[in-house]
Amino acid sequence: MWDYTDKVLDHFHNPRNVGRIENPDGVGRVGALACGDALTLMFKLDGNGRIADVKFQTFGCASAIASSSALTEMIKGMTLEEAQKVTNQDIADYLGGLPEQKMHCSVMGREALEAAIHNYKTGETSVRTVDDDPVVCTCFDVRESEIVKVATENGLTTVEQVTNYCKAGGACGKCRSDIQAILNRIAEKKGPADAPAPQNRPMTQLKKIKLIEEVIDRDIRPALKRDGGDLELVDVRGDEVEVAFRGMCAGCASAHITRTNLVQAKLREFVSPAITVVEERH
Amino acid sequence: MLRTIYLDNNATTAVAAEVFEAMTPFFKDRYGNPSSMHLFGGSVHRDVENAREKVAALIHADPSEIVFTSCGSESNNAAIFSMAETLGHDCTVITTRVEHPAVLQPCRFLRDHGHSLVEIGVHEDGTLDMDEYKRALEMPGKKFVSMMWANNETGVIFPIKEAAELAARAGALFHTDAVQSVGKLEEVNMSEVPVSMLSLSGHKLHAPKGIGALYIRRGTPFKPFLKGGHQENGRRAGTENVPYIVGLGKAAELAAEEMKNDTARIAAMRDRLQNGLLKCPDSRVNGSLTERLPNTLNISFEFIEGEAVLYHLSDNGICASSGSACTSGSLEPSHVIRAMGVPYTAVHGSIRFSLSRYNTDADVDAVLEAMPGIVEKLRALSPFVNK
Repeated sequence: MWDYTDKVLDHFHNPRNVGRIENPDGVGRVGALACGDALTLMFKLDGNGRIADVKFQTFGCASAIASSSALTEMIKGMTLEEAQKVTNQDIADYLGGLPEQKMHCSVMGREALEAAIHNYKTGETSVRTVDDDPVVCTCFDVRESEIVKVATENGLTTVEQVTNYCKAGGACGKCRSDIQAILNRIAEKKGPADAPAPQNRPMTQLKKIKLIEEVIDRDIRPALKRDGGDLELVDVRGDEVEVAFRGMCAGCASAHITRTNLVQAKLREFVSPAITVVEERH
Repeated sequence: MLRTIYLDNNATTAVAAEVFEAMTPFFKDRYGNPSSMHLFGGSVHRDVENAREKVAALIHADPSEIVFTSCGSESNNAAIFSMAETLGHDCTVITTRVEHPAVLQPCRFLRDHGHSLVEIGVHEDGTLDMDEYKRALEMPGKKFVSMMWANNETGVIFPIKEAAELAARAGALFHTDAVQSVGKLEEVNMSEVPVSMLSLSGHKLHAPKGIGALYIRRGTPFKPFLKGGHQENGRRAGTENVPYIVGLGKAAELAAEEMKNDTARIAAMRDRLQNGLLKCPDSRVNGSLTERLPNTLNISFEFIEGEAVLYHLSDNGICASSGSACTSGSLEPSHVIRAMGVPYTAVHGSIRFSLSRYNTDADVDAVLEAMPGIVEKLRALSPFVNK
């Protein structure tokens, strides 16, 4: 059996807000019978533009039903602007978490909400308006924009995660290399641009050490590991950062200045321009 | 406490009390190694051979043709890789689209390593496409067949006698995965059905998990899967799992004694379950009604999803299984259900009930009582049902 939380089981056994609304203001339909899960979400607004009533119908497993039920409870009373900000992670969090392989249930909830709001605003029944948005996974009819969105919002880095979150790649598997290519493009785009900007405000020593560790993990260690090396953060004294090189890097004297410069450059870029890097003193 | 109503016997079965009792001395007092040159160990050898005789008797084989393994999956792997090894490179592997993964995956592994693979399809009722099978046998070159006797999900029985005879005529070795049919079908009779090898599993017939056997007809070329020991006449290395072998022997003995009575009683319960559940609107049985194991019912409830049904059944103490995507361990519904071309409205709502000799009429009553409410509740939630 799945490791469902008590809250998931509660919403599965006692789903809230089941059914339909007469003359709804917005209707979102996602999923399909053939795909194994589907959700119809409808809402009605009150005079102040808040969601006064919301109802759902779900075909799917226990976590699909629970995710739909949770979503309706979450968005009741919200304005559409507020509702629009609800992410699939919010739905999963509300339920105390979902098994990784079931995250697509929370994504289905978010997509239905998006479709319902879109329907309210435009009268259209489909969110898809862009022609230049190829279907990547033909088995589950998942488009590139959906994969990009779900991967970006949830910080997904592997094809398996993408499959867990939106099913893409989960059947015949032919599109898995395409999904990997999309993930690569997201990673490239992210690069330094998305990384934390250099901070001008003085930060606490604790924050600085944490940030240094993050930058080492993200921007420095992978490059060293590719060459069979590694580095260890030894100490941080003010703006002086002491590191020790390990593995192949350790014995390679000729390159140590280059390495120190590389580490220093990265830390100056992402942590503080005042940083100097020194090698461990023996 | 909620009474457990166990209707998932194609997944695993309860260990029979007699089996457990027969096994216990071999954990505590008689723990010797049957290969040892002392009486303490050596005397256990006799118990292993007794068990072999009982397993052989259940399928009308000679004891020397039985090799004990750790499970049905090992038996399948051993059979398939042995056939591939003895036939050499570039042979054609013939199997079906509805096999258990323990057959399909080894066959696909061989395909990825230089052999050809033909996967025979099934009709809408799950029965074998015999024409396609015959055509595959006519293909030139060396070939072997691995074909299940009865399907674990639908209970549909393949005509193994005819298929094995055709293979023999075509000069092809023939293996059958019979883990679901041994102890359930009297037709599993090695003196009448000319298969080369047959897999069976202990925990499908009231022995514990962790024991199986492979029948290897005398004269069939065989290369061991587990190498490195003289045990099982050099056909399977590893110290004999004595308590479990004894347990399998006892289970085989019980099955042979009870099969005839059990089968009729189990089939009657299954039929009553089937007829009662079919009263639910928009329900359908998956698989042939006639060519089917007596204990299995695979039934779809349209417009609802299997996992949700199972969780509700479980709340009532009822254990069953489903071929829906959410329970198949992938995002797709069961390959068996898909191979049969079950309509997409019914694919995700397939529920399998599988009975054993330990079920009672009260178990059937419990399901018949619980199911209509569950179906109604989930349909009330379903966007595909308009009320």
